[in-house]
Amino acid sequence: MAFAPSAAAAGTAIVGTLKGPDGSALVNVSLTAAAEGFTETVVSGSDGAFRIEVPKGGTYQLTVDAATLPTGITFSKAADQDRSILVLGGEKKVLFTFASGADGGTATTSSFTWARISQLLVDGLFFGILIALGAVGLNLIFGTTGLTNFSHGELLTLGAFTAVVLNELGLNLIIAAPIAVALSAILWGWGQNRILWKPLRRRKTGLIASMVVTIGLAITIRYALLLFFGGSPRSYQQFAGQSGLEFGPVSIPPKSIVFAILAAIAIAATVFWLQRSRIGKATRAVSDNPALASATGIDVERVISVVWILGAGLAAFAGIYLGSTQDVTWNMGQRLLLVMFAAVTLGGLGTIYGAIVGALVVGMFVQLSTLFIPTEMKTVGALFLMIIILLVRPQGILGRRERVG
Amino acid sequence: MDFSFVLGQSITQALGVTAIIYCLAAMGLNLQFGYTGLLNFGQVAFAAIGAYSIGVVVISFGASLWAAIPIGLLASVALALVLGIPTLRLRADYLAIVTIATSEIIRLLVRSIALRDTFGGANGINGKMGQAFHDLNPFHADIDLPFLTWTRQDLWVVTVGWTLIAIFTLATWLLVRSPWGRVVKGIREDENAVVSLGKNAYVYKMQALILGGLLGTVGGMVWAVAKQSVQPDNFVPDVTFFSYTILLLGGAARVFGPIVGAIIFWFLLVFVGEFLNQMIEAGWITFLLPTDVGPIRFILVGLGLMGLMIFRPQGIFGDKRELALDAR
Repeated sequence: MAFAPSAAAAGTAIVGTLKGPDGSALVNVSLTAAAEGFTETVVSGSDGAFRIEVPKGGTYQLTVDAATLPTGITFSKAADQDRSILVLGGEKKVLFTFASGADGGTATTSSFTWARISQLLVDGLFFGILIALGAVGLNLIFGTTGLTNFSHGELLTLGAFTAVVLNELGLNLIIAAPIAVALSAILWGWGQNRILWKPLRRRKTGLIASMVVTIGLAITIRYALLLFFGGSPRSYQQFAGQSGLEFGPVSIPPKSIVFAILAAIAIAATVFWLQRSRIGKATRAVSDNPALASATGIDVERVISVVWILGAGLAAFAGIYLGSTQDVTWNMGQRLLLVMFAAVTLGGLGTIYGAIVGALVVGMFVQLSTLFIPTEMKTVGALFLMIIILLVRPQGILGRRERVG
Repeated sequence: MDFSFVLGQSITQALGVTAIIYCLAAMGLNLQFGYTGLLNFGQVAFAAIGAYSIGVVVISFGASLWAAIPIGLLASVALALVLGIPTLRLRADYLAIVTIATSEIIRLLVRSIALRDTFGGANGINGKMGQAFHDLNPFHADIDLPFLTWTRQDLWVVTVGWTLIAIFTLATWLLVRSPWGRVVKGIREDENAVVSLGKNAYVYKMQALILGGLLGTVGGMVWAVAKQSVQPDNFVPDVTFFSYTILLLGGAARVFGPIVGAIIFWFLLVFVGEFLNQMIEAGWITFLLPTDVGPIRFILVGLGLMGLMIFRPQGIFGDKRELALDAR
């Protein structure tokens, strides 16, 4: 199936203004944005502004031809010359800071502008909420069944593709998204547990063996999606190229705001449900001690079913958001899996609050780390943070002080 | 449709360079997972260390291949220590998460633009990094048997590769029937029992992690020498999981498991791929495109891994009594 760039994405562009350390515009500087199968070079105008139209959201490599910079002007941060830019649809504003060659050393601090930090904080918060949606499900499933699910990323991908199918059948994304979440919860959550994990629990397949099974499942799902939907990225027909709303120095597309609010409500509802409802309390009891819970008359299998439904629903929600801000690809969930694990490990395996706190910390950390390290390496920072936490506090920030060895 | 071509390709690949590389990686996993019960999901990181140490030392720094090999082995031991120190005292899943994360950290680092001068970014390192090895080639002609075709260079790599595997297999056999082997098998079955007998399980697990990692590193070195090119995206986590499939196919905790597994795995994978390709070319299958063959092969690997782990976790030739995983 061929990929047709949707007309709605026409407003998608990388924009910015190049200004020297004294505030003067830098004219005729050559910039190139490149991605797979796409390259575009522009030069900055008389006001130093540039605009590179890109076909769709995604990651682009933005390079500046240093030879075209006026003499005596250098980058305050060498990494700015060549960095990968994540375009979420709409206009992506890119900030550059320059120094005059003589005092390049002292000007380094100027990249820590409040504008940049506040934008990164907001991006980090949104990214954190997105991770939290996945991490909560991951942690609930781990808590109740002990299974470390390496195919949880594929639950995001399956949710996003379910919405793609409904969307291409003609349903507006606003209608398609909730239906896709419900369908995913039943098909990929309840169904998966029913067909695969329940029989395996009955066979008394061990946890290590089950972990290897999740790997096999992840590979199978990923390549089945590649087979049926092809490798080209898809995007939803609505809200593809939304321009950001300006809040002072911060620019956010409206769809992100709507999503973040809905996601926060979903997470809050999950927490409330765990604390107050009968089945929620039963879930916590099973997490605590399955044998004891079973002995007190709790139907453990029913609790596990509910947890799978909830986890898959939340993951599908995350997948659809990720798909609407970037694009829907067969390996989108896999790329987020390790970040979700970092969040869960950071907060504490098996604890619901831990997953939320861990996700927010990881989201912020990933975005803010781009102040110091190249953007392409931001995931490395999160994974590194996870390993450090394991060294000093293996149970995670909010984990119970039990022996995890 | 050329059936003998399909068969010839399958046999050549089943005994070829790729099978050797995966066999070495799976032998490492056999020590770690099969015998000790360690869930190393980042074996590809060790292979990447091996391949990149040759590429970096020989091409980027212009030193000798014979200097690169010990450097790579030392780097591999260092990686095993870094992975093991925080995680080997914790539950099995922590090692799994940290190893897979580390394998991605290494891949992202070597493909980063910031370190492009050393590691070559996304293009990797290309050049005659294995020349010193190929200069020793005693073969003078390519081999072209009915079902076996290798160039002179491949023939040399394959000869040395299988010789290495034979030596390492013998070493593994001696190791696992020694007292050391009994202790690590004990750790796999019941760590607490081993600890209560006064053994330091942590040290034994670390030794298994280091030894298994070294085997993966040798696999990576074979890769660099044979292909004269290392690219970051060759070292994705799927390589680790292919190696697990090979191990389970041949039989975990079996000395010959990885060898049998690697040969069967690559024979089947190439056979299915080439067979489908030929069927599509001949017009016998019209509902598939040639580009669909790749994903189908991966789906079969995924299903195979699941099926093996569920129905025959000891592998095709394994002994169920030998491997009672998950005592905990």
